[in-house]
Amino acid sequence: MRILAALLSLCLAGAALAEEVVLGLSRDQVSITTSFDGSDLLIFGAVKRETPIPEGDPLQVVVTVAGPSEPAIVYRKARIAGVWANAASVEIDAAPSFYAVATSAPWTEVLSDTDDLRHQVSIPRAIRSVGAPMDVEDAPSFTEALIRIRTNEGLYQLLEGAVEVSEQTLFKTALQMPANLTEGAYDVRIFLTRSGTVVTQHTTTIDVRKVGLERWLYTLSRQQPLVYGLLSLAIAIFAGWGASAAFRMLRQG
Amino acid sequence: MQIYLPIAEVSVNAFLLLGLGGLVGVLSGMFGVGGGFLMTPLLFFIGIPPAVAVATEANQIVASSFSGVLAHLRRKTVDLRMGTVLLVGGLVGAALGVLLFNYLKSLGQVDLLVRLCYVVFLGVIGGLMFFESLNAIRRSKRSGGAPAPKRRQRNWIHALPFKMRFRTSGLYISVIPPLLVGVAVGVLAAIMGVGGGFIMVPAMIYLLGMPTKVVVGTSLFQIIFVTAFTTLLHATTNYTVDMVLAVLLLVGGVVGAQVGAQLGTRLRAEQLRILLALMVLAVCFKLALDLLIQPTELYAIGTSGGH
Repeated sequence: MRILAALLSLCLAGAALAEEVVLGLSRDQVSITTSFDGSDLLIFGAVKRETPIPEGDPLQVVVTVAGPSEPAIVYRKARIAGVWANAASVEIDAAPSFYAVATSAPWTEVLSDTDDLRHQVSIPRAIRSVGAPMDVEDAPSFTEALIRIRTNEGLYQLLEGAVEVSEQTLFKTALQMPANLTEGAYDVRIFLTRSGTVVTQHTTTIDVRKVGLERWLYTLSRQQPLVYGLLSLAIAIFAGWGASAAFRMLRQG
Repeated sequence: MQIYLPIAEVSVNAFLLLGLGGLVGVLSGMFGVGGGFLMTPLLFFIGIPPAVAVATEANQIVASSFSGVLAHLRRKTVDLRMGTVLLVGGLVGAALGVLLFNYLKSLGQVDLLVRLCYVVFLGVIGGLMFFESLNAIRRSKRSGGAPAPKRRQRNWIHALPFKMRFRTSGLYISVIPPLLVGVAVGVLAAIMGVGGGFIMVPAMIYLLGMPTKVVVGTSLFQIIFVTAFTTLLHATTNYTVDMVLAVLLLVGGVVGAQVGAQLGTRLRAEQLRILLALMVLAVCFKLALDLLIQPTELYAIGTSGGH
């Protein structure tokens, strides 16, 4: 339905633009279940145009998927009395919990710096850090560290050349979302570019949420923490008593 | 089989957790230790956030101690009066511990605190246990006779005010030392996610002079209530008790404990105790290395403190 609605609105608004994105997603919802172990996301689509393909540089495609942004604190360890401890910290105002960028060609050919700044496409641009405290030197290295750590965890991905474009019309890419995802609405953005300039863009969202038992436990722990705590205790006491009773019966019987 | 833990928000292998629970359960059944001091660092190693590991382990200790207390109550080897005094101290200590825990969490230093506590305590306990059991083996080789039990001495503890009679233990002492022991154990329970039996039992024997036969039951009695209280405090202030993790660990743990209790009656205790001591020291060593060696990644990400 959502895709249909998007298509409809595109058709209506599309008259003014030469090239338009028609998008398909392998799923528009990711459910975190008890056995959740990451998820693959296939993003594909076509470029709809009324006019012939423009001359010059070929069409390039950039796909971004961004999880909900949250403030984060980055700590830097230093040796204090022989022990490595968190010494300095910088608060990052907003960093997406997950961010993947896939492009159809090397970065420099796909997007100019100006348009990157305008649309905040590349990973460093997607992170907002207004100001670091005055007493911390080299604050940028904290943002770099955030990107490095999350890249190692598979939460930030830069996939140059991962988008396949055929005949400047059809495109597709596959993204892997790791197991440690945060819940929320994930923004998917598709940019069509020529010579580094964004020709058109298209956005949609994917819902990532815990379902079933995961959802229930998580909600209970946040909204009724006392009930949740008592329930965990009850389970613990029952299990402790049950196991010893069962073993006693085994030994006697 | 990977399983997603809803509170820890990580995906781990369910059989690994069951196995860890079982292994620590066997050890705790065999040696009559709570096992919290081994389980919590093992949870750090498999990537559970320390705050979640500590809070969840407190919950699991309730499970593993409950059947023990029932058995001791049946045998009437619990000094309820002493247990209650220790418990009052324990509740105060647990509240203080959670306050300290949350304060350091807001500073981003809670991981360091938990790890440092573990290095110190595991090092001391492991070392003492190692030499103690070495001596025991040497003694048993030299002569069959057990050393003569030392007579209880009168010391400064008997000079303190607020005396109270503890009939089951046959003691008439001030309530201040048991209260203080309780507070210390409560703080440890809140910060380290341990029952604290390894501190309380020696303190009860050597400091308070309680008879050995009521020591274990009484300490279990206190531990249950203190860890239950700690679980509730962590659940309501930090939201860090992971029920799925706790259930997996305690299923492995309670089964392992029964197996361990059976094994313990058949095997030679001294040699086994050396093994346990070596294991404790190995865990301590690994934790200490992590603190002392320059980490490859100097930076770490924490979530913003403000709720």
